[in-house]
Amino acid sequence: MTAHAPTVTIASRAEHVQRIMTPGGLEVWLVESHAVPLVALEFAIRGGAAQDPAEKPGLATLLAATLDEGAGPYDARGFHRAIDELAIHLGFGADRDAISGHMQSLSRNVDKAFGLLKVALNDARLEAGDVARVRSQLAAELKRDANEPDSVAAKAFREAAFPNHPYGRPVRGDLSSIDTLSREDLIALRERLFARRDLKIGVVGAIDAATLSELIDATFGGLAQQNDLAPVADISVANVGQRNIVELDVPQSTLRFGRPSITKHDPDYYAVVVANHILGGGTFTSRLFREVREKRGMAYSVYSHLNEYDHCPMLIGAAATKNERAGEAIGVIEEEFRQFAEGGPTEDELDKAKKFLIGSYALRFDTSTKIASQLVNLQLDGFAPSFLDERNGRIAAVTMEDCKRGAQRLLGDGGLLVTVVGKPAGV
Amino acid sequence: MSFETKASAVASLSPGAAAPAPARASIASFRLDNGMDVVVIPDSRTPVVTHMVWYKNGAADDPLGQSGIAHFLEHLMFKGTKNHPQGEFSNLVAELGGQENAFTSYDYTAYFQRIGKEHLATLMAFEADRMRNLVLTDEVVDPEREVVLEERRMRTDSDPAAQLDEAVQAALFAHHPYGTPIIGWNHEIEELDRQHALAYYERFYTPENAILIVAGDVEADEVAGLARESYGKIPARSAPPRRARTQEPPHRAHRLVTLRDEKVEQPAHEQVFLVPSYTTAEPGEAEALETLAYMLGGGPTSALYETLVVEEKVAVGAGAYYMGSAVDDTRFWVYATPAPGVTLEELDAAIDRVLRRFGEEPIDAEHLQRAKTRLIADAIYAQDSQSSLARWYGESLATGLAIEDIVAWPDRMEQVTAADVQNAARKWLDRRKAVTGYLLPA
Repeated sequence: MTAHAPTVTIASRAEHVQRIMTPGGLEVWLVESHAVPLVALEFAIRGGAAQDPAEKPGLATLLAATLDEGAGPYDARGFHRAIDELAIHLGFGADRDAISGHMQSLSRNVDKAFGLLKVALNDARLEAGDVARVRSQLAAELKRDANEPDSVAAKAFREAAFPNHPYGRPVRGDLSSIDTLSREDLIALRERLFARRDLKIGVVGAIDAATLSELIDATFGGLAQQNDLAPVADISVANVGQRNIVELDVPQSTLRFGRPSITKHDPDYYAVVVANHILGGGTFTSRLFREVREKRGMAYSVYSHLNEYDHCPMLIGAAATKNERAGEAIGVIEEEFRQFAEGGPTEDELDKAKKFLIGSYALRFDTSTKIASQLVNLQLDGFAPSFLDERNGRIAAVTMEDCKRGAQRLLGDGGLLVTVVGKPAGV
Repeated sequence: MSFETKASAVASLSPGAAAPAPARASIASFRLDNGMDVVVIPDSRTPVVTHMVWYKNGAADDPLGQSGIAHFLEHLMFKGTKNHPQGEFSNLVAELGGQENAFTSYDYTAYFQRIGKEHLATLMAFEADRMRNLVLTDEVVDPEREVVLEERRMRTDSDPAAQLDEAVQAALFAHHPYGTPIIGWNHEIEELDRQHALAYYERFYTPENAILIVAGDVEADEVAGLARESYGKIPARSAPPRRARTQEPPHRAHRLVTLRDEKVEQPAHEQVFLVPSYTTAEPGEAEALETLAYMLGGGPTSALYETLVVEEKVAVGAGAYYMGSAVDDTRFWVYATPAPGVTLEELDAAIDRVLRRFGEEPIDAEHLQRAKTRLIADAIYAQDSQSSLARWYGESLATGLAIEDIVAWPDRMEQVTAADVQNAARKWLDRRKAVTGYLLPA
């Protein structure tokens, strides 16, 4: 038993994590649990949409979406039917910094599930007809979102915040270029990204270390040793202080706001986490919730959130209010930022925020899939399993002075990059 | 409230005892003297509990002219009681490291928290208090009405696709309240006030009308004791409120609903059929509809997808969905996104051919087996998430099913035959009585 916080004692989480090095030299973190006859696996390969060629945004997303459209001995239909026959959940996705995969299987089918994952990862056919079909689905999604306020706001924010940087490009592609993404482009990207080097794997469920090791080697062992990642520059949110408006004929103005934050490895990181929680985290307790929603009825949803992209840690927030009140809402939000940066939290706020963040950590570990994701994220962030036992202590150690400093580092002079979509008044 | 300071919990990554599927024997259920039902679902893998109270009333029970009142009251339930002022409950849940929220559907309203198991008694005391002692003032009600209007602007009034869905459902249910959106119509939300909310609260927030679901690492006996001490103290109010809803007359006409908006760049097609729910269906019929929905449109192995998207290439996406949990007759959706250059009329004809084939040609036995395997396996996957299980039980019980119905569901799914699926397609997917929705650019 390790005590982390004055008020909560909890047994070790880390001691349940088996850090396995397979005979083939791959690292995998396992939490073995036979409570439910299931196995969940999550993995991530560093290098996602930020690796898309500049003129071909959406390529990593298209690659991830085409991996299960025919592979090895299966055509697309055969592959999907095999997945269904075994009742496996298998899927791939791309975000800015990684391509990730998810697999969940009943214990009795786990060998076959790994077999299907293996062919998707190593031998996806990426045939032109299948690529065209998936591409048309992505294009339809882009059209569906073309005038959807949240998507429009995200685009305007991204372009203002990350000019001339891969993060400024759309992860899911752009209608003007999506038709140029070819099978050859996908194969080239796969060759650059899919490798053992930056591969992180987490497994939870009814499987022992020896069995898992063999399956991991069989599944991932054939990947190349080295990837070939293009360098991505570290940046900071640009154009802070700017307000951008995109006109859209809707009754509500959708706001997105943000500014720079600090990295997870900064000594003040947990001070910033606590500060953000007080400002705009949680469900019904933050300052933004109280001032914008509860007191003034200006928005259904209002929050701020820490977004730790590999190359640009940031705070991002959102709200949506009727056009008539858009200017007023921005004013209230900016005022909260300014006040918090200047005055910091009250003792009571600090105490309650720490208690929430410590106490609710357990809720991130209540399903196999959630635990497996945590194991992958820890590896991506470069932490050891012991972090699972240390994290709450880091929250507990945040003092009033730390939190005030964190609030100042996070909020600076309170300036925000704001994008507004709608027909806002008073902006 | 005091904060529990000596919480000693087993870390949630611990493997836990080997627990079999939550069979009937492991799920405890009982009724308190005041008529409130209690269900306890064991999950010893993690020291967390999911605590939910389900009220057997939803938007379909809104009084005429007060659409949205069930949902509005759900928001107002966070405004404090005579014992605990606004914010006290939510602040306490947060301080104890819990998460909370609530949701309203057509047939039920539910409140839930997820929290360390040692705090269960505290939550039960507060939630029981909220069942009886809500206090509403215009001061808190007025801004919350604005919040709900913003919620509607966000979800529906800025989104042509959501507006089409609303119009399609209104067309399908010409008489039954399922035709009215859960959140309500704007002109009626604007008129809702604290009297409406309190009258609705008095009518429905009673122990006879409520179901307590606790899932997690707790013993049934312990929950029973805690429930008697909290919810059990609320006096019985006599019989549960009647859910008297106007029922839909037989449908005879096909209806086409078209929404054009300059914001639409991707047209879409949807079609909805009036079908029996798990609650209203003859034995086996709902299971057949569930299987039919999966075979017809449950992902890339489905008939609609394979035919329209892969073979004919008239659509880029297609699917089907059966909304089986409902007190009254319910909806079966078929939807598709046309490929570039394909009109919605052409797509409609292609969908029609697939549906007809299901009714007329022999059902592919392998396809049927794949669908059943997948659907039955989902019941095993659900065991990995205590909150999913709690929600499954709550939704089923609140729409009139019994625990036995839930436990026996995989067995009943096993028994679905090709003839059952074909009969369901013939009987219920009658396009002459359906509602079709077209989403188009202006």
